Amino acid sequence: MFDPLTAEEWRAVALSLRVSFWATAVSLPLGILVAYALARWRFWGREVLNGLVHLPLILPPVVTGYLLLVTFGRRGSVGAYLDQWFGIVFAFRWTGAALAAAIMAFPLMVRAIRLAIEAVDPRLEQAASTLGAGRVWVFATVTLPLILPGILAGAILAFAKAMGEFGATITFVSNIPGQTQTLPSAIYAALQVPGGETQALRLVLVSITVAMAALLVSEWVSRKVAKRISGA
Amino acid sequence: MAEVSLVGLTKSYGTNRALADVSMTIPDGAFVVLLGPTGAGKTTTLRLIAGLDRPDAGDIRIAGAPVTADTPAQRDVAMVFQQYSLYPHLTVRENLAFPLRSPVLNWPEAEITRKVGEVAEVLRIAHKLDNKATQLSGGEMQRVSIGRALVRNPRIYLMDEPLSSLDAKLRADLRIELKRIHAELGATFLYVTHDQIEAMTMATHVGVLDAGRLVQFGTPREIYENPVSAYVASRLGQPRINLLPADAFGPAPAGAVQIGLRPEHVRIGEGQPATVRRVERLGDQTRLHLTMGPHEIVTLTDPHTALAAGAQISIRPDTPLWFDASGNRT
Ligand SMILES: Nc1ncnc2c1ncn2[C@@H]1O[C@H](COP(=O)(O)OP(=O)(O)OP(=O)(O)O)[C@@H](O)[C@H]1O
Ligand SMILES: [Mg+2]
Repeated sequence: MFDPLTAEEWRAVALSLRVSFWATAVSLPLGILVAYALARWRFWGREVLNGLVHLPLILPPVVTGYLLLVTFGRRGSVGAYLDQWFGIVFAFRWTGAALAAAIMAFPLMVRAIRLAIEAVDPRLEQAASTLGAGRVWVFATVTLPLILPGILAGAILAFAKAMGEFGATITFVSNIPGQTQTLPSAIYAALQVPGGETQALRLVLVSITVAMAALLVSEWVSRKVAKRISGA
Repeated sequence: MAEVSLVGLTKSYGTNRALADVSMTIPDGAFVVLLGPTGAGKTTTLRLIAGLDRPDAGDIRIAGAPVTADTPAQRDVAMVFQQYSLYPHLTVRENLAFPLRSPVLNWPEAEITRKVGEVAEVLRIAHKLDNKATQLSGGEMQRVSIGRALVRNPRIYLMDEPLSSLDAKLRADLRIELKRIHAELGATFLYVTHDQIEAMTMATHVGVLDAGRLVQFGTPREIYENPVSAYVASRLGQPRINLLPADAFGPAPAGAVQIGLRPEHVRIGEGQPATVRRVERLGDQTRLHLTMGPHEIVTLTDPHTALAAGAQISIRPDTPLWFDASGNRT
């Protein structure tokens, strides 16, 4: 039962890692911006933005997947445009899986970063601004270093969520082995064929290993960063 | 360095009016001290000038140009906060260097090192440069926060009770250093303090705030000798001015309801009988606590006085200040 993984299974694992990595990396700057806006700016539509960000957390994943299909599918309003002008296609590609994972993980990422920003004493930023530092410089040299643990926590949480994303992904990009079949989709597929339980179990173990590793790394990194920041 | 003028500044927080129609001009190179009890609006004034808060009405001009629409950074000021807000993730050295590291300034590293060293020397924190900002005593943090402002030459220094958590000796030393910086650089200061000596020795001008209103603005001497009201008179002078009913020593001028006696207004040796209750020897001065009928009076006397509790003396007012029913000078 502990045979090495087949090539196809390896592909599913590699694809999941790739999807999760890009989903996290690309959404991170936007996540920081949105978290900052929600934490610090008072603007019209703030509550609406907050609601939108959290929507994927509350909606059934299949609904999110369907909405993605309608919007970013080949014939979707945005999808058609992107395809025509930039040659970017999401539907039934791994990029689509990454988009779905990013959107599903976004609320968790924003929440973690926002909490970190709210914990920063605004007087530190004010002090910097009254010492001649412009907004961007204040953010880069005061806020950013102080919220680094929160950003890391948010990123790792998002990565873990992306690794496990299933419903929206399978609805949006289906379950094509080697192209859009992520680890959870592969487990699901294995369970659909008679006698596939052993294969499913192997993949489940891989899944657990990756999740545990992510957790340990995240703990270790945030402890390092927190130590460096507090100077203790 | 520049002249800063405030025109009709008004600011409310919710329904709480923190500043009401404050106008004053801080001349180029002046050292203006803001006095007033807690909640009078001193910090609010500094925050408005720094650009951390927007006034509800009124105008702020630096070097003649309105800055009300500018960001704090654009105003080119340097503020020292009442609560020292050091960057916890940086060392003392990096905290001090912070204002010089801005990309627009583009200071060479050697210059930054020199300037930080110089300021650390002045503030007596050179031995703590490599500490984290979180590993300092309150007084050390306060000095770093002053230092962070002093590394630059802004158009105005805004300092909110910068010496409040230092011991007496250090406070006296830094008073002199700040005064020297003021004189050498010709820097403009707006400085908040509750400390009498700081106000009298450092200020070229004093502004007195009362519940968000600027009630008097002038030289320390003017404020001390010629206060517009009993309120202003009570803000300066140690021991505080004695306020008694106007007729305590006999007939009073028309309209006067209170007589104000500073220690130098109490002439000992003639006039009404009074009893010495307590002799308080403070080293550089000796205070006499007197009772005269139902009234209590505190005054100063010769440090080596032979007077003791229970002694009977006589006192009379000498060119006192008179105040009317609303506390204004008559
Ligand atoms: N952010 C704020 N929100 C609400 N009220 C405020 C705020 N800041 C100041 N106030 C109020 O405005 C008034 C003036 O406050 P300010 O901080 O200017 O006083 P201050 O003269 O600096 O007093 P202190 O000597 O205690 O520092 C006070 O009544 C205070 O409660
Ligand atoms: Mg204050």
